[in-house]
Amino acid sequence: MSETTRTTVKKPSMAVEIAGIKLRNPVMPASGTFGYGEEYAPFLDLEKIGAIVTKGLSLKPKAGNPTPRIAETISGMLNAIGLQNVGIEAFIQHKMPFLRTLNTPVIANFFGNSLEEYGEVAKRLNDIPEIAAGELNISCPNVKQGGIVFGTDPKAASEVVALVRKHLQKPLIVKLTPNVTDITVVARAVEEAGADAISCINTITGMSVDIHTRKPRIANRTGGLSGPAIRPIAVRMVHQVVQTVSVPVIGIGGISRPMDALEFLIVGAKAVQVGTANFVDPSVIQTIIDGIEEFCIDEGIKDIHELIGSLRL
Amino acid sequence: MKNYRTKIISNQEISPGYYRMRILAPGFSETAHSGQFVMFRVQRSLPPLLRRPFGIFRTGSLPADCDGLPPKEFVEIVYKVVGRGTTIMAELHEGDKVELLGPLGNGFDAPSCDGERILVGGGIGLVPLYMLAGELIEKGCNVRLLMGGRTRDDIFAVTEFERLGVETYVSTDDGSLGEEGVVTKVLERKLQKFPKAEVFACGPMPMLCAVRDICVANKTPLQVSLEESMACGVGACLGCVVKGAGHTEERPSYLCTCKVGPVFKAQYLDWNALAQSHGCGGCE
Ligand SMILES: Cc1cc2nc3c(=O)[nH]c(=O)nc-3n(C[C@H](O)[C@H](O)[C@H](O)COP(=O)(O)OP(=O)(O)OC[C@H]3O[C@@H](n4cnc5c(N)ncnc54)[C@H](O)[C@@H]3O)c2cc1C
Ligand SMILES: Cc1cc2nc3c(=O)[nH]c(=O)nc-3n(C[C@H](O)[C@H](O)[C@H](O)COP(=O)(O)O)c2cc1C
Ligand code: FES
Repeated sequence: MSETTRTTVKKPSMAVEIAGIKLRNPVMPASGTFGYGEEYAPFLDLEKIGAIVTKGLSLKPKAGNPTPRIAETISGMLNAIGLQNVGIEAFIQHKMPFLRTLNTPVIANFFGNSLEEYGEVAKRLNDIPEIAAGELNISCPNVKQGGIVFGTDPKAASEVVALVRKHLQKPLIVKLTPNVTDITVVARAVEEAGADAISCINTITGMSVDIHTRKPRIANRTGGLSGPAIRPIAVRMVHQVVQTVSVPVIGIGGISRPMDALEFLIVGAKAVQVGTANFVDPSVIQTIIDGIEEFCIDEGIKDIHELIGSLRL
Repeated sequence: MKNYRTKIISNQEISPGYYRMRILAPGFSETAHSGQFVMFRVQRSLPPLLRRPFGIFRTGSLPADCDGLPPKEFVEIVYKVVGRGTTIMAELHEGDKVELLGPLGNGFDAPSCDGERILVGGGIGLVPLYMLAGELIEKGCNVRLLMGGRTRDDIFAVTEFERLGVETYVSTDDGSLGEEGVVTKVLERKLQKFPKAEVFACGPMPMLCAVRDICVANKTPLQVSLEESMACGVGACLGCVVKGAGHTEERPSYLCTCKVGPVFKAQYLDWNALAQSHGCGGCE
């Protein structure tokens, strides 16, 4: 019996295309929560996930913030890593050899400390043929001199996106910060400046205090909140952005189960990224992919596109 | 290194507030070294969100059942109830489902033996020393274990250590067991007697700082096992870093406790930074 049911149940088509990059399915890790891919190779097949997104890269290696850098909160965590990374040169030398062997698109998340630096990293990315796209982080709330300036001001955001667009000869995904009054204003600005896709959201600035020591629980005082706690905010923002722009949107924020990812797809995200949940379960991305597939089969959905943007209002 | 979706074999209180949990983990012992750790997840519940890191107390296997099944390999952790996660853990029973990621990190570096080995454990810091003691004894070392705690409740597994062939010395702050006073006082005495010894230590940061100062003064090689807040346990989040020796603003050196550590040779760490971030004054 199982033989016949197995042959009659056809697997849904899960493939999506974002800014010209073909993904075998719409689920990928979120930057900064998956290292450079290799860290998670023992736990899942990296050739079965939609894409790999690297830790944020900068021109020079970056040390990051003092410790403690992380603190758990209710259904979430605060982090102020400070964008510690090996720098683009060490990335090319030490991390690309592994990533190059994989038959999975690699998306390089990157940032700069100044407008010029953003441009320089973008240029350097052109030299790596195996990088499928750049994801521009204009939204990190952790670094004093960093992303916050660009991502919270539509003019500054538009300026940096335009500059990077000029230099980067690859699809450009721009990642938005939720720490703004109206995310649609920035979304519109970066689309007009040349973004091929938008990913959102980055972490929400938060703070937590140890009541015994009366000190902030992370050294940076404030940090970015991520995890299940932020999901409803993220779903709302993705919904708003989808309504505003016509480029594809990648939904991020608190996804840890298949049903969480489905929410984002239904409001119109063409793909999703999974962040903090990787720490809780290192093979969660595979579980989410399998769960979406199962949901499609149960609902008689033959192509994931039937689901994307199917929100009933 | 593997993510085990497995179950609890037993979970018992071994001293007030301290529990020992035995978890089924086939294949675990083949790759586990002393000083490594696991990331433990209480499967049923969402809060607490993140996994909790615990040192490996020991590995072993249950004798084969009469049903002819192969022996059951297990890993044991010993934990102290301090907060939300460990409170939930203390209520778990035989057969409950849990998840375990490990073995993780770099453990103790214990090459061949040509002198005394002194192990210093403060409270829950005794945990990673059990496997280490076993390995050292097997290599033919003379192993002395200095066990320190605030009260007698913080001292556990004494007879088990002794059964390995370890000479144990107990001290408690309140004198409720063993000698009254801090464990580092005992260490100073022992180092006078065995100036060629090597020291391995795990415990609260103020204790580690004091141990380090004593070892520097005596030119004694020291390895320490550190505890930092962790999220991923596999080197991906960069949340668990400590400053390496020689760290400066211009030439920063951050080491992942979960990947480079949790065991470090003391000379590779920035002790002032460590003491500062753990709020226990300077280390000089
Ligand atoms: C490599 C490593 C090995 C460890 N081995 C052991 C072990 O063998 N046995 C054991 O009992 N504990 C061990 N710990 C500490 C253990 O992880 C914490 O006690 C545990 O995470 C607390 O969880 P909780 O939810 O009960 O406490 P929470 O509610 O999260 O916090 C309660 C208190 O514990 C402190 N705490 C939380 N997380 C940590 C942490 N990672 N390290 C130190 N303090 C923490 C908090 O600051 C707070 O004061 C180890 C930690 C590390 C990093
Ligand atoms: C530890 C940590 C590090 C992160 N580093 C980066 C980064 O380097 N670049 C970036 O664009 N986003 C970074 N993020 C944000 C995540 O990519 C993601 O947008 C956010 O965590 C929300 O998703 P989540 O709730 O699934 O974690 C980081 C998040 C965490 C928790
Ligand atoms: S705990 Fe994530 S890098 Fe060490």
